[in-house]
Amino acid sequence: MLKIENLQVKLEEEDKQILKGLSLTVPSGEVHAIMGPNGSGKSTMSYVLSGKGGYEVTGGSATLDGVDLLAMEPEERAAAGLFLAFQYPVEIPGVGNMTFLRTAVNSQRKSRGEDEMSAAEFLKVIRAKAKSLKIDAEMLKRPVNVGFSGGEKKRNEILQMAMLEPKMCVLDETDSGLDVDAMKLVAEGVNALRDGKRSFLVITHYQRLLDHIKPDVVHIMADGRIIKSGGPELALEVENNGYADLLAEVA
Amino acid sequence: MTALDTMKAKDGVDQETVDAVQSVEKYKYGFSTDIEMDFAPKGVNEDIVRLISSKNEEPEWMTEWRLQAFRRWQQMDEPDWAMVHYPEIDFQDIYYYAKPKSMLVKPKSLDEVDPKLLATYEKLGIPLKEQMILAGIEGAGDTPAEGRKVAVDAVFDSVSIGTTFKDELAKAGVIFCSISEAIREHPELVKKYLGSVVPQSDNYYATLNSAVFSDGSFVYIPEGTKCPMELSTYFRINAENTGQFERTLIIADKGSYVSYLEGCTAPKRDTNQLHAAVVELVIMEDAEIKYSTVQNWFPGDENGKGGIYNFVTKRADCRGDRAKVMWTQVETGSAVTWKYPSCILRGDDSSGEFYSIAIANNYQQADTGTKMVHLGKNTKSRIVSKGISAGRAQNTYRGLVSMHPKAKNSRNYTQCDSLLIGDKCGAHTVPYIEVRNNSSRVEHEATTSKVDDEQLFYCRQRGIDEEAALALIVNGFAKEVLQSLPMEFAMEAQALVAISLEGSVG
Ligand SMILES: Nc1ncnc2c1ncn2[C@@H]1O[C@H](COP(=O)(O)OP(=O)(O)O)[C@@H](O)[C@H]1O
Ligand SMILES: [Mg+2]
Repeated sequence: MLKIENLQVKLEEEDKQILKGLSLTVPSGEVHAIMGPNGSGKSTMSYVLSGKGGYEVTGGSATLDGVDLLAMEPEERAAAGLFLAFQYPVEIPGVGNMTFLRTAVNSQRKSRGEDEMSAAEFLKVIRAKAKSLKIDAEMLKRPVNVGFSGGEKKRNEILQMAMLEPKMCVLDETDSGLDVDAMKLVAEGVNALRDGKRSFLVITHYQRLLDHIKPDVVHIMADGRIIKSGGPELALEVENNGYADLLAEVA
Repeated sequence: MTALDTMKAKDGVDQETVDAVQSVEKYKYGFSTDIEMDFAPKGVNEDIVRLISSKNEEPEWMTEWRLQAFRRWQQMDEPDWAMVHYPEIDFQDIYYYAKPKSMLVKPKSLDEVDPKLLATYEKLGIPLKEQMILAGIEGAGDTPAEGRKVAVDAVFDSVSIGTTFKDELAKAGVIFCSISEAIREHPELVKKYLGSVVPQSDNYYATLNSAVFSDGSFVYIPEGTKCPMELSTYFRINAENTGQFERTLIIADKGSYVSYLEGCTAPKRDTNQLHAAVVELVIMEDAEIKYSTVQNWFPGDENGKGGIYNFVTKRADCRGDRAKVMWTQVETGSAVTWKYPSCILRGDDSSGEFYSIAIANNYQQADTGTKMVHLGKNTKSRIVSKGISAGRAQNTYRGLVSMHPKAKNSRNYTQCDSLLIGDKCGAHTVPYIEVRNNSSRVEHEATTSKVDDEQLFYCRQRGIDEEAALALIVNGFAKEVLQSLPMEFAMEAQALVAISLEGSVG
């Protein structure tokens, strides 16, 4: 269970408050969606949860299964089960996709005191998972995200998520820029990981993703906090009327 | 009768030196047992040159060759054009000959070896059997190391200790031995080729080396022979204040092939040490030499204290048509590095390749690169240089590509990439290009990039800690060069990249 309470975050470099008392709980096994206008702080939230530098937490807390996330190093949060599918996945020239992922899997296992995955086992597992995401062997060998199309990058994020088997998955606009087929693949990838225990926090602008990944709860975020939460119908309302009405309600 | 027996105090040589030299000579015969090192006294003069020559039981012509070099050296000035700065070296405050204690009393097992050294081997993933050979364990070299097939000629300080796989090489007709042995056993080859690629008077350090080189390796691959295994020499600097003057000579006769690996690790030292090696490669018609170096000498601590000064002259002469040479180097050590492995492309259709990773961290200074001298027709060269700077280090690539008038239809491609870690370090690229005919082409590409926080964070979010992430990114940057190393060496080199960047992030 991910529990964010009254989280307040400003930029380290300048005096700009971005999250202004964000509270949110994603119980284990549930899928929650976050929608909200550009600049409302959705990506910032995902970065602060995963420990990216440049932000200062000035108040509030965030825990995963009761463990304080904010006190840990980014890699420790990852090993504790937090995964972020990046809005803009980074390119790492010269580092093979497969090498990268195996290093990640085994680093996490090592820090949890588990046995490393053998090369043979890793290969077997990744091949099966890549296949269902229509990622071919060629793409597994290529350097991480280098020269990948937008859709390939996003599918690659989902592949990483599938291999790392996190407890809590945060997806930041994974559907943005995808055509319908690619979006369906991504949605199927996410659905395949739903097992009743794993939780998801899906940041999106579009109802169409939520047609495929059925959320339990939809939150609307504006100006650094959640202004409204509800069922899947809330996403439909945004789709039809935009954010204006919702913003007016809280103003 | 050795030259020493007749040695008298000459003009300009004080009696003290002569006495010291003679007392050192006595230790050899066991008059004294409590010495740690078998040292010649500090400093260099004609008597020291003679001493080194006599210690190696060299013939007169060799002694003369050395003396000739020494006289040249006395008239030369230390070069100062490289982008490196260091306190003036007092060449009279250095030992020019030292036989390590381990040579006299070999450790019986790894338990008797410096644990720090073992820890370094461990991190580098060197197999246990090989660790034992490297550490000079008694008898360790008698049975071949399992796993990889590499002949190890371990050079500890100034003296070759052990050579393995000799029989198998002998069967193939390959000569692989210490240069001092070659001088005694194969004088005709040494006379013919020594100094033929790097002349005695080539440069200040090479000339000094010619006068005082203590030992090194010699390889001869006969015509039409593919050397049955990778040849490898590990150098280690052992004694404090000991000048290191290794000499390597490799000859690949017509149509032959050899891959030679050179690697070094050094224990931590407090005072600066000088190293001035010379490597000469002779490549005949249709022959090929691959020379790979992984260099990990003590670079000085995080405050810039200590570390090794490395002034190396490495040159390959593609003497015959279609001769090929490939230099690959991973340079991570030394406080100051001055090194330009070069290719003389004399034969028509000959080719030279240079792949380099140079890492400079903390206060390290590296000025490295290559020279491609195209003399023959249709000659080709390729330069891939990956410079990595971290901490307050300065890393300079200096490369010369020269196309002579007769080198018609020749090609060079140079790719020179720099990676910066942090904002206190520097990278410099100094290409010199001379094209003196109109049918040749030279291409030069250069990039400079920074390891960015986004990349590091991306890796860390996947569970890879900061140092491992940096190592991954840097190894990715340098991949092309790592791939050109022999497989087993590539793994060690990757580990070395990680070790040498420890502490440069966070
Ligand atoms: N590193 C940063 N430097 C400057 N401004 C930032 C930084 N990170 C976020 N912001 C600002 O914070 C606000 C929230 O951004 P973001 O979290 O990306 O919103 P969203 O993902 O909801 O579109 C925006 O006004 C953005 O410009
Ligand atoms: Mg965003």
